[in-house]
Amino acid sequence: MWRRVFALTVKEFLALLKDKKSRLVVFIPPLVQLLVFGYAATFDLKNVPFAVYNEDRGNFSRELLSRFRGSGNFTEVAALRNEGEISSVINRKEALLVIHIGPEFSRNLLKGGTSPVQVIVDGRNSNTAMLAMNYARTIVNEFNRTWSERSGRTGPPAHLVTRAWFNPNLESRWFIVPGIVGLLTLVVTTLVTALSVAREREQGTFDQLLVTPIRPVEIIIGKTLPGFFIGIAEATIIILATVFWFDIPLRGSVLTLYTGIILFILSAIGIGLMISSLATTQQQGLLGAFLFLVPAIILSGFTTPIANMPPFLQDLTLLNPLRYFMVILRGVFLEGAPFHRLINQFWPMAVIGMVNLTIAGWLFRHRLY
Amino acid sequence: MNGKPGESGPAESRRAGSRMRLAGLVRKEFLQILRDPSSIAIAFLMPVVLLFLFGYGVSLDAEHMPVGIVVEKPDQDTSRFLGSFRQSRYFEPVLLSTMPEAVEALESGTIDAIIHLRQDFSKKRKTSGDAPMQVIVNGVDANTARILSGYIEGAWIRWLGHEAIAEGTDLKIPVQMEHRVWFNSELRSRNYLVPGLIAIIMTLIGALLTAMVMAREWERGTMEALMVTPVARREIILGKLIPYFTLGIGGMALSVLLAVFLFNVPLRGSVIVLFAASSLFLLTALGMGLLISILAKNQFVAGQAAIIVTFLPAFILSGFIFDINSMPAPIQVITHLIAARYFVAILQTIFLAGNIWSVIAWNALALVVMSTVFLGISRRKFRKRLE
Repeated sequence: MWRRVFALTVKEFLALLKDKKSRLVVFIPPLVQLLVFGYAATFDLKNVPFAVYNEDRGNFSRELLSRFRGSGNFTEVAALRNEGEISSVINRKEALLVIHIGPEFSRNLLKGGTSPVQVIVDGRNSNTAMLAMNYARTIVNEFNRTWSERSGRTGPPAHLVTRAWFNPNLESRWFIVPGIVGLLTLVVTTLVTALSVAREREQGTFDQLLVTPIRPVEIIIGKTLPGFFIGIAEATIIILATVFWFDIPLRGSVLTLYTGIILFILSAIGIGLMISSLATTQQQGLLGAFLFLVPAIILSGFTTPIANMPPFLQDLTLLNPLRYFMVILRGVFLEGAPFHRLINQFWPMAVIGMVNLTIAGWLFRHRLY
Repeated sequence: MNGKPGESGPAESRRAGSRMRLAGLVRKEFLQILRDPSSIAIAFLMPVVLLFLFGYGVSLDAEHMPVGIVVEKPDQDTSRFLGSFRQSRYFEPVLLSTMPEAVEALESGTIDAIIHLRQDFSKKRKTSGDAPMQVIVNGVDANTARILSGYIEGAWIRWLGHEAIAEGTDLKIPVQMEHRVWFNSELRSRNYLVPGLIAIIMTLIGALLTAMVMAREWERGTMEALMVTPVARREIILGKLIPYFTLGIGGMALSVLLAVFLFNVPLRGSVIVLFAASSLFLLTALGMGLLISILAKNQFVAGQAAIIVTFLPAFILSGFIFDINSMPAPIQVITHLIAARYFVAILQTIFLAGNIWSVIAWNALALVVMSTVFLGISRRKFRKRLE
């Protein structure tokens, strides 16, 4: 049996890697994407363009504004001279945020009263808007604290001491880049396997395979192994880049991580092979892979949390292997999660993989035309 | 014809012939579409399913976030504080008695943050007038963590206000920030995500439609059959573009209807401008699919290429979800090559802000350039392959 499986595996590898273009397409684009997306996919705001309409002539407004300029999150793009300019600078997307300080600002502060500062935000991208406002509020709060200390006013009776665990500087790159490991591994593994059976069906060689003494189980293993090794190699390269290039801490054990990777790749191969055995042409295989990949990526918690989805969609994501792998990746990388805490993520992937592989094997025999 | 049959006749009949051939090709393509439902499914079913799934699935509006609250010595002060969390729709407060228990819950992911009020909280508050409240957020998802700590800060300020009123003093904050959000005052993330999703879905559909169709002709050998007829290459390309363009616009119209009537996204700009911009973008997407299918020698490469150069960049580099200004400069340069970037900017503006020409004109111009380039290269490469 193993000799037959070995022969089939060798043949599959050759079919996949003999062509220079497919060789390139398996390894180069994922690395380029890792680099580009690793830098691009960030929710952290830098250089938020802001404009200032300052009617106050005192020192304190200047001091508040210099805090904005010095924060590293904001870049001043314009100083406005009248209220009408506010709308044009925001409409044209020149500034995301306008800070409007009234004429009585410094005077009110000196009198011990409360001075309002108006912040106008472009809400076209509500997440950016909310984050920019949070940054602005932090700056204003810090200004208030120093002002209270300096002027001897009593501050609020209690204050918050906030700390973030696992990701102390709240860098979204730490969240996104481990996610990219799952994303790219899924894309490559699914595509490699989704076309493997379809290609043979199209060329008619699959029928030949079925009349040889090779049993469906052996075909499954022979078709699984190439995708498996390519997936493992791909994931390993990306993980190395994540740790050594992007400096993302890998706090958990490599063994736990690889348990997750193996199960995840098996489930992806299962889905790929099932798509492939349903398809009669490569065209259909490709379309099927596409129709699985796009929702699988978007509904995996890769960029937006699953907890924000309505309940019926949350239930639907239970079928998505990438969902579990995202939790494992972030758990092992950032939280150093031990093996036993991730068991609830491991077994669903194993089930998804087994079910799909079984269906694929059954379809080999029962779908013949 | 007007007395000069020798000169204008052939040219004119050539033109008439071209029109006839083109009409024939377009008719053939439409018949094929009608008989093989797969392209209709791509053009109409896919946008509906995808928009439905993603419109509900992609959301950055975090509500009912589980927050563990550890109160070491409950009294009146702390229960008023708890009240400010119970009232808010952003939190789902979970009372925990000890810190180790809370840490365990945070690590296993059942809560997103811990608020810890120590035993001496009330005492410190009364004596020194400044009691610390420890907040620990799970920072793994940095974006959600930031939003959550913003909400916690909001609850804290509300609580301070209530306390001040209860004590009969007024809360004196030196500088008070008042904010106003334009175009999307409730900060509904769906309002900007749904227009962005339309751009991504149209990218997918445009590229898939053409990539599939061209590959089919090559595969069945009908492309070679077309070559030996007098049909010009330009006519073949146009004959493909016109029917699939029509299908794509239909899909687009359907997406806009869903966005407005199902997801209640406001449409503040004009429908005509929206239609014109979508046409430009669709041409670019079709051109991209055409180019991929012409360049790729086999379907495996074409499939990989379609995902790599269309869907993933449109998802990550278009400014649909990640802010382009915050990306490093070299990446910002790359985003200029992504057609979806321009379409996302146009859509978000037309939907949420209205017809703001300075935004629309520049992005539309970029789309004109891109579609010309893609279609131009396709036409040249198309000829090369035939030689």
